[in-house]
Amino acid sequence: MSIWEYANPVRFIRTADRVLPWAAALTAAALLVGLIWGFFFTPDDYRQGSTVKIIFLHVPAAMMAINAWAMMLVTSIIWLVRRHHVSALAAKAAAPIGITMTLIALYTGAVWGQPMWGTWWEWDPRLTAFLILFIFYLGYMALWAAIENPDTAADLTSVLCIVGSVFALLSRYAVNFWNQGLHQGASLSLDAEENVHDVFYYPLLFCIAGFILLFVTLVLLRTRTEIRARRIAALLAREARAA
Amino acid sequence: MMPELGKYAVEVLSAYAVSILLIAGLVALSLWRSARMRRELRQIEERHRRNGR
Repeated sequence: MSIWEYANPVRFIRTADRVLPWAAALTAAALLVGLIWGFFFTPDDYRQGSTVKIIFLHVPAAMMAINAWAMMLVTSIIWLVRRHHVSALAAKAAAPIGITMTLIALYTGAVWGQPMWGTWWEWDPRLTAFLILFIFYLGYMALWAAIENPDTAADLTSVLCIVGSVFALLSRYAVNFWNQGLHQGASLSLDAEENVHDVFYYPLLFCIAGFILLFVTLVLLRTRTEIRARRIAALLAREARAA
Repeated sequence: MMPELGKYAVEVLSAYAVSILLIAGLVALSLWRSARMRRELRQIEERHRRNGR
């Protein structure tokens, strides 16, 4: 079976119907375990005090803000190359999730930064790239809303997505490119020496799994909605032509 | 049960409150629009069947 079979809207909806209840249940379980463990059962950090508990929201949200854009990039390229409508609609469906994750990352970063760095905001490379990514998300959603022809909207938003990917990459790697700035390096890495302490690491893994599952669940749900909205528009257009 | 958050209680609690509100809002909006589109599509398809289109 090929992955391209899911480009068939009927098949996509049938699969989404089957997967969604399980995905939603797993999302709720992972988020509940991760957030309750992280908030109630982890100690204060010796330097950061209780603000360390913000890591369980900030890190997964920031990861998903970037990964959502990466997923939009892949689906946008698939649309441009292969013209699969489900692909373009999946990118459209992911944008509101990505912007929500970006907002959470920006807000939790600000309230964490104020007591630790003494400032809510700094024009640090990673923070600035993240703010620009947020603006790209806004522009992307505005462009979809502004253009009536759905294929033209998909074309233009795909190009915007490719351009914005520079900032998605920058928000991930800015701390490696530039040494100046307040933001520290990665909290998680395949290199065990760079990771946070185990007492925070395990609940953080649950939170990251929860945010990934939340993203997958919402993308499936919202793509299914977009396919139905497209079908409604097609049927109404057919009615109008027949009248 | 509530952990002792000390002098950073406002920052930590507001981070959790805002994040949970944003996620809950996104989930609620997604579910609401999903239900609305499903209902509308069913009605339109029903109308098409009745009119033999």
